[in-house]
Amino acid sequence: MIRTLALPAALLGWATVTYGNRALEVMNPALLPTPGEVAAVTVALARDGSLARDVLVSSGRIVAGFGLAAVAALALGLAVALYAPARLAVEPLVEFLRPIPPLAFLPMFLVWFGLGETSKVAFIAYTTFFPMFVAVTASLLRVDVMLLRAAASLGATRRDLLRRVVLPAALPGIVVALRLGFGLAIFVIVGAEFMGADAGLGNLIMEGRVFFNPAQIVMGALLLGVLGSLVNGLLVALERRALGGRALR
Amino acid sequence: MSARVQLEGLHKTFGVDGHAAPALSDVSLEVHAGELLCLLGPSGCGKSTLLNIVAGFLPPTRGRVLVDGAPVTGPGPERGVVFQEYVLFPWLTVAQNVEFGPRLQGAPAERCRAIAARYLHMVGLSEHAAKFPVQLSGGMKQRVAIARALANSPSIVLMDEPFGALDAQTREVLQEELSRIQRVEHKTIIFVTHSIREAVYLADRVVVLNRAPGRIKEIFTIKLPEARDRFAPEFTRYESEITRLVKEEVARVHE
Ligand SMILES: Nc1ncnc2c1ncn2[C@@H]1O[C@H](COP(=O)(O)OP(=O)(O)OP(=O)(O)O)[C@@H](O)[C@H]1O
Ligand SMILES: [Mg+2]
Repeated sequence: MIRTLALPAALLGWATVTYGNRALEVMNPALLPTPGEVAAVTVALARDGSLARDVLVSSGRIVAGFGLAAVAALALGLAVALYAPARLAVEPLVEFLRPIPPLAFLPMFLVWFGLGETSKVAFIAYTTFFPMFVAVTASLLRVDVMLLRAAASLGATRRDLLRRVVLPAALPGIVVALRLGFGLAIFVIVGAEFMGADAGLGNLIMEGRVFFNPAQIVMGALLLGVLGSLVNGLLVALERRALGGRALR
Repeated sequence: MSARVQLEGLHKTFGVDGHAAPALSDVSLEVHAGELLCLLGPSGCGKSTLLNIVAGFLPPTRGRVLVDGAPVTGPGPERGVVFQEYVLFPWLTVAQNVEFGPRLQGAPAERCRAIAARYLHMVGLSEHAAKFPVQLSGGMKQRVAIARALANSPSIVLMDEPFGALDAQTREVLQEELSRIQRVEHKTIIFVTHSIREAVYLADRVVVLNRAPGRIKEIFTIKLPEARDRFAPEFTRYESEITRLVKEEVARVHE
């Protein structure tokens, strides 16, 4: 009930503020685009096909960068959780790089990988890797030792323990890690595309700024929100499945 | 189908904040093949620690455990465990929990299901087979844990207060069930309990441990017929004799 009303209520609030501002001129109406103006820009850009291209380009970069980072975080997380020497080797490096804001490296990514796809994908992958790696490793290492004992006394081998206890026990935490990583991917794609791109939602927003078109900026932001909540919905469904019996409360 | 368990000079000391905290001190004991041995003793005297060592979860500080002459180096399916805290797999249903062992052995799905059904029936949980552990009461979880351990047909069963969370009626039903299984299957069972009545009803021998660090205070051999009558005069005699001894120990904990 509250869920279904929240979005319409927000839309109504936006409309009230912007149309109210237009009537009362509290601030320059050009700075506060109305839902109507945003819809008009959306239709215009959808017509000439550039909107679909921007959405596709950005989604492609997000999916590729996030996917690479997720695979790397899972593989390294497993190695670190299961094999102590790997942990000793990887952890200090990760803990050194992790606190450095990835934006500090963005110019380097552009120098190394050029202005094309590679630099964006690499940058997203680099940025989202760290939080996912940390969360994946923590959820693998925090599996209750009693569960491992219970399985071992039922005859589980090391392989069985991994497949039938560690992974199912850690799965909810792993899905949360993916959700965090994906949220961050949407966050950084804009930054990466600001720095130099010929297409994408970040580029669209930048254009909005350069050509002073606030409606276009708002539209770009809203589309990122839609994209993010669609994928988040997917991951939440996955999380519910991963929780299995634990979801019932 | 049963095995002999020998405890040889077991010592266990935990390191707590740099201090040595002794939990077991020189426990030597032979559990005969097919025997049901009850462990009694004040809270904190090391009963769970002893079971953990026999299960292979904890190495003893000194001494060793032999199963049919072979030293224990880790956990194994021939030693089933019923944990004091149940420890069910929360992502599996009740039936899947009970099937866990047989599945690991590679038994066909059909057979696993039949085994689970049989043991769930035994503990009175047939209607709850499809539920998840979070949906069960404490006593129900405890019964699933018992079914899960027995379904794997271990020759040795280590039970840590397995009936502790049950009401008196269910408890008696399961005691009778266990004693019936035991008359047929003659497993080697180490059974921790705080109930002296339960110990006298089930045990071939009752071992009373001292207050921490646990050492053996006394061993009673219960010479009663296999099907026991809780109201027989001999039953009551054992009960009061052991009660006196345990009270002494519990009183000393509070000195
Ligand atoms: N992992 C551990 N680390 C440190 N001390 C421990 C650990 N496990 C147990 N102990 C200590 O060892 C002693 C024996 O504990 P144990 O759990 O074996 O007692 P218990 O006889 O099973 O008690 P209860 O009847 O309450 O279950 C206690 O003093 C406890 O604090
Ligand atoms: Mg205990």
